Amino acid sequence: MSFLPDGHLSSVAIAMLGGAVRVSTPFLFVSLGECLTEKSGRINLGLEGTLIFGAMSGYAVAFMTGSAWAGVGAAALAGAAFGLVHGLLCSLPRVNDIAIGIALMLFGMGLAFYFGKGFIQPVAPTLPSINLGWWSDSPQLRSALRINALFLLGIVLALGMAWMVRATRIGLIIRTVGDSSDAARALGFRLVLVRVASTSAGGALSGIAGAYLSLYYPGSWNEGISSGQGLMAVALVIFARWNPVGCVWAALLFGAAGALGPALQSVGITQGYYLFFAAPYLLTLGVLIATSSPNRSMSGAPGELSITR
Amino acid sequence: MAQVESMAHSMARPDWRARFARQSEAIIIPLSALVLGLAGFALFLFVQGKSPVQFFQLVWLGGFGTGFSWQNTLSRAAPLLLAGLCVAIPARLGLVVIGGEGAIVMGGVAAGAAAIVLSGLWAPFGIVAMAAAGALAGALWIGAVGALRHWRGVNETISSLLLAYIAIALMNHLVEGPLRDPASLNKPSTPTIDAALAVGKMPWPNVHWGRLTGVFACILTWILLERTAWGFAARMAGSNLRAAQVQGLPVGALILGFTAFAGCLAGLAGYFEVAAVHGSANASLAAGYGYSGILVAFLARHNPLAIIPVALLLAGFEASSGLLQRRMGLPDASVLVLQGFVFVAILASEAVYGRLRLFSPERWSRA
Repeated sequence: MSFLPDGHLSSVAIAMLGGAVRVSTPFLFVSLGECLTEKSGRINLGLEGTLIFGAMSGYAVAFMTGSAWAGVGAAALAGAAFGLVHGLLCSLPRVNDIAIGIALMLFGMGLAFYFGKGFIQPVAPTLPSINLGWWSDSPQLRSALRINALFLLGIVLALGMAWMVRATRIGLIIRTVGDSSDAARALGFRLVLVRVASTSAGGALSGIAGAYLSLYYPGSWNEGISSGQGLMAVALVIFARWNPVGCVWAALLFGAAGALGPALQSVGITQGYYLFFAAPYLLTLGVLIATSSPNRSMSGAPGELSITR
Repeated sequence: MAQVESMAHSMARPDWRARFARQSEAIIIPLSALVLGLAGFALFLFVQGKSPVQFFQLVWLGGFGTGFSWQNTLSRAAPLLLAGLCVAIPARLGLVVIGGEGAIVMGGVAAGAAAIVLSGLWAPFGIVAMAAAGALAGALWIGAVGALRHWRGVNETISSLLLAYIAIALMNHLVEGPLRDPASLNKPSTPTIDAALAVGKMPWPNVHWGRLTGVFACILTWILLERTAWGFAARMAGSNLRAAQVQGLPVGALILGFTAFAGCLAGLAGYFEVAAVHGSANASLAAGYGYSGILVAFLARHNPLAIIPVALLLAGFEASSGLLQRRMGLPDASVLVLQGFVFVAILASEAVYGRLRLFSPERWSRA
């Protein structure tokens, strides 16, 4: 980074650190949602639509009730409803989960834009953040360490999900259903129920991711609120090897990539500004190219997953 | 001997009712799903106290009712035809490519960039070269998806979508920077193309040539898929990849060729947007035609000939969006919601194929 003047490197690094935490929270929630869904053997490409609808409904409810947390709850409920629809439709014979995901993505976006028209102007309350940088004198560092409660909640959730999947009976059932339909059926597990419940819970998490976008960062509702976080979640989960704790690192990495452009702009480097928007997508594509193989299925992937077979 | 004779006899005279029933399944089920989707949307409007009757009247008026609305519909159908083919062609190989938007954008930018170099040259050469630039850019973009799939096993659905986002970022970079026309203040664009390079209107109907190209591409693709050895090989590879490889079919060449051809058509759609509609490449290229194309292809069940009427229908819906906003105060996203209802209904209808006795003659006798 020799093109950076002295002192700017640390500014960029701090701005990227703060940006990474800010930008990564929606990635974290939506990838945890996708991870849970995929653990049960289904893939939900519709999370992008769920996320956008969650952003809209969360903002609308926060505006109407005056409580940002009520908005988060509404977004989670809306997301669970979308997940439920996906789960139920995919339980019909010969209905493709990828295609239903694409359809629900368009449907969710359409509904969000349809009902969201009236909420572009009003200002809703935003989610509170916690100052973890009180010890520092640097205003930059302090603003970077103002962390939203949802980010911490997301980390707790990731740890909790990792424990659930590894050590509890529910986790075992989800893993069995995801790895082999035949084995799960032989053990008497209720396949459809487990998959619908996992997809619905995953939808609820991506609804929360959307609420974070509209209620904290960037903190307003408009039709361009999402930049594809719901889609990139699929790649994040592959990158995280279907491990919830891995999702935290993947989300931070993608958040940092997304924060690169604005961080460079903040120190006056605007050249190639629009190209930096492509950084997270290029990173995702690079991860996919590096981890895929034409000959073997990916290690750690649930066996019933259509996308890795 | 008599038994053989009677068998031959019954084979020589196939029951026309049975054949009719089997073939009508492929038409009646999607049509019913379409009607069901529309009914769902009508209910959606009704619950909000809006009149579904007025909605469909306005869609008719805005999309198909008058000469002007037909013109509007037909010119919107052109990119939908090509974008639909961009999904339907790889689908024959079992590939779900949903990033046609990226190829449209790259095709448009390449055509806009080529126009800068080509202005002032002999017009017929310039037009062909500009179209070729658009088609080539699109072919490279979706061909890359096929290449990644074949050599690296990268999932084509996700990679094509990521490439669409990358294409839009690349377009923004180019039209804001290196290719920007200093005169375009409000909306950064490439320089306006030379008048000699612009694509004009057909004598009848009064729409640009992209529409005819789109229809022609559909027919050509149908011939390719249904009447050539390549199409047959692709169908084999699509239904059972392992078997096709064992048979010695060139699976890799098929994947690369089909994805590149699909991208080439989407690139042409971008070219026509620049050369016939906008006159320069700018952010209007990412108008969502690529995503509507996914719905077109699924609604047509990936049959290139069925894409022609389906694209017309969806273009009519989109053409009526302005009228719906003015007369009923519906947001422009109502067309998206309508598409969502239809799309979900169509996909859910997959569960019904082969299950209705009406369409399965072999089950008629077992009443």
